[in-house]
Amino acid sequence: METTRRLFLKSGVLAGGGLLLGFGLSACTEKDDPGPVTAVTDYVAISSDGIVTLIAKNPEIGQGVMTSLPMLIAEELDVLWANVRIETAASDDKRFGAQFAGGSMATALEYMPMRQVGAAARWLLIEAAARRMKATHDAFTTKAGKVRHKDGTTFDYGELAAEAALLAPPDPTKLTLKDPKNFLLIGKTQKGYDNPKIVRGEPIFGIDVSLPGMLYAVYLKSPVYGARLISCDLSAAKAANGVKDVFVLKGTDMHGLKDGIAIVATSWWYAQAARALLSPVWDEAVGKLHDSEIYSQTAKTLLLGEGEVKEKRGNADAALRSATHTFDAEYNVPFLAHVPMEPQNCTAVVKAEGVEIWAPTQQPNDGKALIAKTLSIDPAIVTVHMRRCGGGFGRRLENDYMAEAAAIAQKAGAPVKLVWAREDDVAHDFFRPGGYYRVRAGVDASGKLAAYISHSVNFTREGKIVQGDEVAGNAFALTVAPHTRIEFSKIETTIPTGYLRAPVSNALAFVHETFCDEIAHGAGQDPIAFRLAHLNAHIDDYNGDRFGGYNPSRMRAVLKTVEERSGWRSRASGKGEGMGVATYFSHHGYFAEVAKVRVTDDGKWRVLKVWAVGDVGNQIVNPSAAKNQVEGAVMDGIGSMSAEITFSKGRAVQTNFQDIPMMRMPQAPEVDVQFVLSEFPPTGLGEPALPPVIPAVANAIFAACGVRLRQLPLTEQDLRAAIDTART
Amino acid sequence: MITLSVNGQPRQLKVPDEMPLLWVLRDELDLKGTKFGCGVAQCGACTVHIDGEPVRACITPVGGIGDGKVVTIEGIAGNRQGRAIQEAWLELDVIQCGYCQAGQIMTATALLTQNPTPDDAAIDVAMEGNLCRCATYKRIRAAIKSASGQPVDDTRNRGTEA
Repeated sequence: METTRRLFLKSGVLAGGGLLLGFGLSACTEKDDPGPVTAVTDYVAISSDGIVTLIAKNPEIGQGVMTSLPMLIAEELDVLWANVRIETAASDDKRFGAQFAGGSMATALEYMPMRQVGAAARWLLIEAAARRMKATHDAFTTKAGKVRHKDGTTFDYGELAAEAALLAPPDPTKLTLKDPKNFLLIGKTQKGYDNPKIVRGEPIFGIDVSLPGMLYAVYLKSPVYGARLISCDLSAAKAANGVKDVFVLKGTDMHGLKDGIAIVATSWWYAQAARALLSPVWDEAVGKLHDSEIYSQTAKTLLLGEGEVKEKRGNADAALRSATHTFDAEYNVPFLAHVPMEPQNCTAVVKAEGVEIWAPTQQPNDGKALIAKTLSIDPAIVTVHMRRCGGGFGRRLENDYMAEAAAIAQKAGAPVKLVWAREDDVAHDFFRPGGYYRVRAGVDASGKLAAYISHSVNFTREGKIVQGDEVAGNAFALTVAPHTRIEFSKIETTIPTGYLRAPVSNALAFVHETFCDEIAHGAGQDPIAFRLAHLNAHIDDYNGDRFGGYNPSRMRAVLKTVEERSGWRSRASGKGEGMGVATYFSHHGYFAEVAKVRVTDDGKWRVLKVWAVGDVGNQIVNPSAAKNQVEGAVMDGIGSMSAEITFSKGRAVQTNFQDIPMMRMPQAPEVDVQFVLSEFPPTGLGEPALPPVIPAVANAIFAACGVRLRQLPLTEQDLRAAIDTART
Repeated sequence: MITLSVNGQPRQLKVPDEMPLLWVLRDELDLKGTKFGCGVAQCGACTVHIDGEPVRACITPVGGIGDGKVVTIEGIAGNRQGRAIQEAWLELDVIQCGYCQAGQIMTATALLTQNPTPDDAAIDVAMEGNLCRCATYKRIRAAIKSASGQPVDDTRNRGTEA
C-alpha cells in the first residue's frame, strides 16, 4: 500500500533558549480520508554555543539507528557532526509516529522524513536571518552550522535559534533537499554514538537502571506454557536473607502477565537465591501432548497427505507429470530461541498518579498499552523510557517483562527492577516456530523449472498459523516457476512463538534455496547459471510496492556480482572443501551469498568465508554500521544452524547457553561484503543478509562432501553418519 | 564485613561470602559496567580481572577473593593495554548492541598483557569464552591486532560504493 506522509510543524522556545521544533507526523493512505492524526515533539535543539541536540526516535538494539537517523537530520540541517549530541526520544507515538525496531524498517520509513526534519529546521534558521536583514531566502547559504548572506554577513545557528523557534514552520515536503552528490554525512562512516560510553562501562542499558529505594525482583513461572499455579508455600522464601516480600500474581495474558510467584529483595542475587526455597505446585496438564517427538511424527503423517491450498498458479500436478527431471524432498527446521545477551528486564515505579517504566524494548508504545491493560489503568498515565537494548533479535517486540515488572512494583509499593535469569529467558521465549516441508519440482527438457509444489506443516494456535510463521515466503522458485501450488497442514501448539531476526525467511530460505540447489544439480546445471536463467527481467508481477517488491533484475545483479567476487567459476573442488550459493529477498533487500566450507570425515564443519552481496537501494547511510550488520547477520545465520529448542511435555528442554551452541570467535568466518547500488530508495539491513547464508552453507556442504543437508540443526554426529552412509 | 579492592579502592561490604562478585559489583557497589549474561560462566559478559587474570564474576563468590585486586571495565583505562584496547574498539567501530563488549574488552586486555602480539590462534583460544550475540567477532579480532600493533585489514568502508 502506498503511504504518503504529511508533516506539520509547530515551534516553541526551550527553557534554555534554544530552538525546539515540534513535528507532528501523520501518515495516511491515499484511499482513506486523510484526516491527520498529529501530535508535537522535538527533533532539533540548538544551544547558543552551537551544540546541536538531535532526537533519535527509535529503539536502539545494536542496529545503529541511534546514529544513522540523526545523521539524516544533520545532513540537511547542515551542521558539523562533531557538534551533534544525540538523545533518545520519549516513547510517544502520538508525537513521533511509529517507534519500533522491527522488520528492518527504520531506513525505509525514515530516510525522507528525517531529512525533511533537518531541512525544515534549516529553513527556519534562514528565515530568522532573512528577517534580521530584511532579505529573501535565496540570498543565503548555510554551511557547518552557519547562515551566510551573499554580502558576507554570517550568523551562527546558535544566535538565530531563539528567533527561528518563534517562526511559522514550512511545509517540509515542499523543501528542496540536498542533491546526494553534495552529501557530507550520509554515505560517510559515523561511528556508533554510544561507543565511548560502552567501552567505559557506563550504565546505559535497561538492566543498568538504578533508582533510589529500588528493590530487585525475580518472577518464577511454570516452564509449561499455559500452566496454572495451584499452590505454593511462600514462608521459607519470605524468611530468606535480603528478601522483602514474596507473593503470587494471577496471570492474565500469554503476551503479558502469566501466573507466577514474585520474590522481591534488596539485591537481585538475594531474590534469585530465595527461589530455590519455593516448590510451587502447577497444573501442567495442558502441556502433556506438546512434545517435539510427537510434533515430528504428526508432521510426517500429515506430509504424506494433501494440505489446504493457500495459493496456486497454473496446473502444477500436470506440469510435474510431464517434466523431464522431477524432485521430491522433505526438509525441516527446529524451534529457535532469541537469547539476546541482555536478559529481559524492566524497572517500574507504580503510583496512583502515574506509572514510570524503564525498559529495553523494541516496541515501547505497545508496552504502554500492555501495562495499562495489566494494571487496568489509563495508558495516558504510563511513561516508558526507552533504554539501549543489549540485542533484540525480535524478542523485545514482546513486552511481557514490562507487564510483570509493573504488576510486581504495584504490589511491592516500591520501585522494582525485575531481571530474568537466563534460564527464565530460554524457558519463556517466544520461539522461532519450527516447520516441516515437502517440496516437489519438475524441470522441463529445456532445463527450465516447470512446476513447484510446497506442502508445509505449520504450527497453529486456536487454528490460526502462529505468530512468526507463514506458509509462503519469498522463495525464488515459487516466484519464477510457471506452475506452482502452495499448500499447508496444521499442528496445534501451546508453545509461544514470535519473530526471530528475518522471521519466516530464516526458515524458508533454507528449505527452498537448498532444494533449488538440488534441482540445479539434478538437472545438470550450475547453481548460479540455473538461477540466472530464471531471473528473467520480464517477470514484473512482483514489482508492486514502493520499495520495489521482488524485482528479478535486482537479484540478478547481486547474483552476478557475488559470482565474480567469490571466484565462483574458477572454484576448486578440493577434498573436503566446497562452495555453495543461495539468494533471498526479504525486508526489501536482495542478497546473494556464496559460502566456502571445510568438512572433515568426523563430521566437523567450518565455514571459512562468506561473500555477501546486497542491494538495499541507492544509498548506504552509514557504511561501517551497514557492513557490521551484514557481517553479524551472516554469522548469526551460520550460528543458528547448530541450535535448536526441543520440547517435552510442554516445556523447553534447553536451559542456558551450554545447551544452545552459538557462533564464537573460533568459528567466525571471513565475510566479504559488497553493496550493489540500484535506483531504488534505501531500505534496511538488520535482517535481509541473514536468510541466504543458511542455504549457501548447506549447499557448500553438499559440494564439499556430497551430503545433502535437509534438516537443521546440523550436528557433527548427523553429518558424520551421513558421510559414512554416503560411502557405503 | 568483607574488604575488597575494586579498581584500586578498598570497599567495605556487608554481604554473605557466597554472593557472586557480579552482584556485589552491580547491586552493592553500583558498578553497572560488568554485565549479567548467563550466571553459569558460559558467555563471558561478566568478565573482570582479579590480579590481572580474567575471571567470570557471575560464579566467583566474593568471600574467596581475599586480597585479590579486582579491576572492572570502569577501571580498565588505568591499564596500558586496556587503554589501547578501548581505543582500538572505538577506532574500528566494533560495537553493535554493545552488551558483551565490557567482557570482551576485559578478556582481550588480559590476553595482550600475557601475549603482546597474539596471532589468530591465540585470539581464538583467549576469546572463545566470550559470546557476542551480534557476532562482531571479525572486528574484535581486528581490534585486538590493531591494539597490539599488528597490521589490520580494515574493510569497514569498502564495498559501499557503486
